[in-house]
Amino acid sequence: MMEHVATLVALTLAAGTPLVLAGAGELVTERSGVLNLGVEGMMLVGAVVAFMVAATTKAPWLGIGAGMLAGAALSLVFGVLTLSLMANQVAAGLALSLFGVGLSAFVGLGYVSVVIEGVQPLAISGLSDLPFLGKLLFAHSPLVYVSLALVAAVQWFLFRTRAGLIVRAVGESPEAAHAIGYPVIAIRYAAVAFGGACAGLAGAYLAVAYTPLWTEGMTAGRGWIALALVVFATWKPWRVLAGAYLFGAVTLAQFQAQALGVAVPSQLLSMLPYLATILVLTLISRDAATIRLNAPAALGKPYHPDA
Amino acid sequence: MAWLSPLFAAAATLVVGFVLFSILGKNPFAAFYIFFVKPVDNLYGVGELLLKASPLMLCAIGLAAGYRANVWNIGAEGQLTLGAICGGGVALALGDTPSAWALPLMLVAGAVGGGAWAAIPAWLKTRFNANEILVSLMLVYVASFVLSWLVHGPWRDPEGFNFPQSRLFPDALLLPNLVPGTRLNAAFLLALAVVAAAWVFMRRSLSGFQMRVAGLAPAAANYAGISARRTVWLGMLIGGATAGIAGVDEAAGPIGQLLPSMSPGYGFAAIIVAFVGRLHPLGILLASLLMSLLYLGGEAAQIALALPSAVTGLFQGTLLFFLLAADVFINFRLRLRYAAAAIGAGPAAMEKTA
Repeated sequence: MMEHVATLVALTLAAGTPLVLAGAGELVTERSGVLNLGVEGMMLVGAVVAFMVAATTKAPWLGIGAGMLAGAALSLVFGVLTLSLMANQVAAGLALSLFGVGLSAFVGLGYVSVVIEGVQPLAISGLSDLPFLGKLLFAHSPLVYVSLALVAAVQWFLFRTRAGLIVRAVGESPEAAHAIGYPVIAIRYAAVAFGGACAGLAGAYLAVAYTPLWTEGMTAGRGWIALALVVFATWKPWRVLAGAYLFGAVTLAQFQAQALGVAVPSQLLSMLPYLATILVLTLISRDAATIRLNAPAALGKPYHPDA
Repeated sequence: MAWLSPLFAAAATLVVGFVLFSILGKNPFAAFYIFFVKPVDNLYGVGELLLKASPLMLCAIGLAAGYRANVWNIGAEGQLTLGAICGGGVALALGDTPSAWALPLMLVAGAVGGGAWAAIPAWLKTRFNANEILVSLMLVYVASFVLSWLVHGPWRDPEGFNFPQSRLFPDALLLPNLVPGTRLNAAFLLALAVVAAAWVFMRRSLSGFQMRVAGLAPAAANYAGISARRTVWLGMLIGGATAGIAGVDEAAGPIGQLLPSMSPGYGFAAIIVAFVGRLHPLGILLASLLMSLLYLGGEAAQIALALPSAVTGLFQGTLLFFLLAADVFINFRLRLRYAAAAIGAGPAAMEKTA
């Protein structure tokens, strides 16, 4: 029984991790006042690049690094459009998602049925074999620990460092930040690139550690769910974790129900994560005051220093 | 001047295509011919071009109505699916009892189904302030699972050898063919009529005017007493209804039954069509032809050049990127100058005193 609980927890963490990674990255981007709707596209490109590099070099970690770089590179395209050229952020983000879907499908075509050796879960002799605790704490994919560290780092950075304060200031009032003398556009570029790298990492985790395989559109809307998570978390890093694992659990419930032979068609169970996203988004948005209080005041608004 | 950037974007996308074909080791001129000319150098091809442009046009014109009012419906793909389900459901229920009312009934059912699907994000937006972009997108996935469930389960063709597909619709319930020798059907005329109606609505009706004001100047709209709720509802419902009609067009047109997937991403491509068409009916008409050509070219390239059809998606995204970039050069007059050194000095000075 206890072993079963530990397994369930481990599976939930594994399923929630891509959302943690992408959500934490997007949270930093949005805290700087930039709304990048291209998370899905950046995740897919990160996934395909990671998989291709891992398949070619037989080095999964190299693939993960490449996936992060690819995500960051793609996010900079968005950055140039919205930050330097002042394009509409919603439109540019949508373009990034559509482009990423097409690009990843295109370059990944030769890799669809390729089998690779993915990133293996931790196996610390002694610790990982402990009953219950071993499975609960010491036998996850290394990237699960990375995602936890990432959230802690983002929390610390945003609320305990001077640089984080500046990022938040840029997101609240770019005019004021600029007047004090901070390079608003450069800071936003950095935040966008960070979000892109995290989305790339999330995609890389899916392709190189979680599954590990590449299929067209394999993120299945997780990029969009990550965007909803940031709202759900009211732009607070720790709450991204809670939301992500909630979705991990819902995803898992669908497989568990099938395994238990619940007489519900599989398609209806597959809807659950998407319906859950709508539900939590609605519940959290219902309180308009909370959203207004927590959302970066300049979120989604273009800014140009000389305008 | 606004029409310049779509032209520039289309041209730039063609250049990218040229480079891409070269990189892939294809003769770019030959590839170009196969991708952009050969698909439409015959009557059948032109019929296909107009046939595929119809759902794109329908979805895009509905989305554009919302986008003009800053209502961001990106779930046309799901609304199209629901339209196909509702219209197709009517067709399956009617079976072999032909009636002059059958097709109109299917189209109305599709419009209602697509509209109802779009009403969910509209209601959640107006009642609970939930972001319509995310909700409408999530519902795309939900819609695809509903359709998948129906064709795997209750609506599966009992004589279909267990394939996930519905019964074929009887001929009387298919949209009539327009030009013999092609697959072009009445969906194209319907799409043109809807585009014209949308133009009249947005340009000549009070509601259309209010929606445009709400998009251009939300504060002014609020001050003038234009209801933001009503704007969201209208923007969403129009987009949902037109996408739903497009779904019926596909089900009762080239497909002729319900399959697990009713569209190769028309609902998403329509977002690009709406932007490239400058949210203007005439522009959308032209942009949908261009997008349709990208679909046809992708299919042709797959067969003749052994290129993946995903190249279509790549071109679609590239087109939108170039459009957004081109807009800047149209909307603003850019001047190159050296950034003042003083801007960089500020924070450093602050750091020292802090």
